[in-house]
Amino acid sequence: MTNVRTDARKRDSLAIGAVRRDFAPWLDPAAKPLIRYEAVTKQYSDFVAVNNLTLNIYEREFFCLLGPSGCGKTTLMRMLAGFEEPTAGRILLGDQVVSGIPPYRRPVNMMFQSYALFPHMNVEKNIAFGLVQDGVPKNEIADRVAETLRLVQLTPFARRKPDQLSGGQRQRVALARALIKRPKVLLLDEPLGALDKKLRSETQFELMDLQVNLGMTFLVVTHDQEEAMVMADRVAVMDKGTIKQIAPPGQVYEQPASRYVAEFIGDVNIIEGKIAEVGEHQVRVTRSDGAGTLLIDLQNEPVSVGQEVAVALRPEKLVLHRDLPTDTPNVLSGDIWDIGYLGDWTIYLVQLASGQIVRVSRANSRRFVEQPLTWDDKVHITFASEAGVLLTH
Amino acid sequence: MTRRWTLFDTTALTFGFAFLYLPLLVLVVYSFNDSRLLNVWGGFSTRWYVELWNDKVLLTALRNSLGIALFSAAIATFFGTLAALALVRYTRFWGRPLFTGMVYAPMVMPEVVTGLSLLLFFVSINAERGFWTVTLAHTSFTMCYVAVVVQSRLVAFDRTLEEAAQDLGCPPLRTFFTITLPLIAPSVLAGFLLAFTLSLDDVVIASFVTGPGTSTLPIEIFNKARRGLSPEINALSSLILLVVTVAVVTSSLLSKRALIPAR
Ligand SMILES: Nc1ncnc2c1ncn2[C@@H]1O[C@H](COP(=O)(O)OP(=O)(O)OP(=O)(O)O)[C@@H](O)[C@H]1O
Ligand SMILES: [Mg+2]
Repeated sequence: MTNVRTDARKRDSLAIGAVRRDFAPWLDPAAKPLIRYEAVTKQYSDFVAVNNLTLNIYEREFFCLLGPSGCGKTTLMRMLAGFEEPTAGRILLGDQVVSGIPPYRRPVNMMFQSYALFPHMNVEKNIAFGLVQDGVPKNEIADRVAETLRLVQLTPFARRKPDQLSGGQRQRVALARALIKRPKVLLLDEPLGALDKKLRSETQFELMDLQVNLGMTFLVVTHDQEEAMVMADRVAVMDKGTIKQIAPPGQVYEQPASRYVAEFIGDVNIIEGKIAEVGEHQVRVTRSDGAGTLLIDLQNEPVSVGQEVAVALRPEKLVLHRDLPTDTPNVLSGDIWDIGYLGDWTIYLVQLASGQIVRVSRANSRRFVEQPLTWDDKVHITFASEAGVLLTH
Repeated sequence: MTRRWTLFDTTALTFGFAFLYLPLLVLVVYSFNDSRLLNVWGGFSTRWYVELWNDKVLLTALRNSLGIALFSAAIATFFGTLAALALVRYTRFWGRPLFTGMVYAPMVMPEVVTGLSLLLFFVSINAERGFWTVTLAHTSFTMCYVAVVVQSRLVAFDRTLEEAAQDLGCPPLRTFFTITLPLIAPSVLAGFLLAFTLSLDDVVIASFVTGPGTSTLPIEIFNKARRGLSPEINALSSLILLVVTVAVVTSSLLSKRALIPAR
């Protein structure tokens, strides 16, 4: 039984890769979005939860919303599900403006952040609820409930009431209940937050399978960047009711549009400076701490001499040296301030002369290193000119 | 970690229980007294129960009381629940403070005033006074108690449950019956029982609005007691005590079962 499952998993995840590799409708100007938020604002008495936000999500897309607590992610979903009306702007689903359509008539299902399981119904009844509302025949309901229970690995708990389940089990019931109707659009508000690592990554793959196999469109809120990276076709990074960047996960990580995005997604070192020289492909940046210059590849955004910029450097793109290398334009020198051993990675915190701490991560590709770096060692950090991202705001 | 009982605890408990239950115990014991005198023990007998069984007036009054309590409690539960829903769900409508005040006012209104005003009302609309006027009067003053009990439960009710139901395709009215009502049912039932008891217990309002043919049990007992206590009343009271005890125990068992669902 387990073998069959893992085989299926392997095959399906390969299939996902094949499908997803060339899935990019957002690059196609002729493609029509399935969900459109057009200049949507939501104001609660004196607080603006969503601010003039425009967002297109395409059919079959797996879209993740990332952002700090209170930035309006849930509000965005609730407006699509029909529990809140936008104060201004409009939301379209297909060609239809959804405002005025009550929640029970929208082809959208939502998994609530608080799960909202019906306490007086057992797991089975909770999951079947949506199908019962649609008048699906009894035997079909039974089949689909059984199938969904298997999917979320809750078959032994079918007869339990929600208060007899653990947090992770409840979360899976909520997930099962929302997806059993196979809606056009599935809204998942932190669907996997309460699961342990193993179950979480399993469920991530199950979700991706489902999404591909059933051709559903997913809008998912998550606090876990790694999860967004694994699952999403595109992610939106939100801040205070606005979207800071929408892009595929790799692009958000490697080409953040702003300092906010760079700092929100993953770890990053920011070196401040001023443009000294603009070449054809590269720019020279004078560091604000006075410790020399950096040579960085020019990005899409135009820059001019004298402009204040920030150079964003991901820790894994930095290389540590004991002796000063001669053949590289980019060197940051300092002392090792702290070391964190994570098993697969080791994190070195290096203090520069200016006092700034730079984070460097190094894959532990060998079991033993002859002369390991240690506290207070003098080190030099180098990086390629393409490793730095120029951020102008 | 169990605390040991001190002499003080035991004494306090004994006196407390004695204060509450000794009169009731005396009542029950004397209902089996063979003597007509209330304070002289004349041996064991069930003759007052037999006499009670043959007392047409008391039995009719009992039937009236139960009927009135049942009907008024049912109507009060219906409207009280609706009032509670309005109070909790529609937090901003014109005149809400006034509405809230009006729902609660009957609780603090002196019964004499309520009774008198209802009497005047029934007289002015020329209603024939009797069973139904008492029922209506009881409905009007027990409704607010139901509203209070149900409201306390509704305030704590998680509305995302209703949203989840609607999200899955359940229209609002059906949501109310499949999600909301089952979850607030214990408080609705408690409201009903409270209304029932209050109605069964009432003398003042009932005496104002009842008509010649219809007497309720409390009125009848009150009348009899004024004419001189008879051991028959003891027997009746003991029976009521029995019924109330059974009802209370059953309802507490039921609510316990509701709290701990069977595995
Ligand atoms: N009914 C409401 N009345 C007033 N303010 C509200 C209401 N609902 C949400 N807000 C406010 O709107 C903002 C956005 O809320 P929202 O629930 O969308 O945040 P979120 O991004 O989902 O956060 P989290 O990650 O913590 O779930 C919050 O600051 C919240 O306080
Ligand atoms: Mg939220």
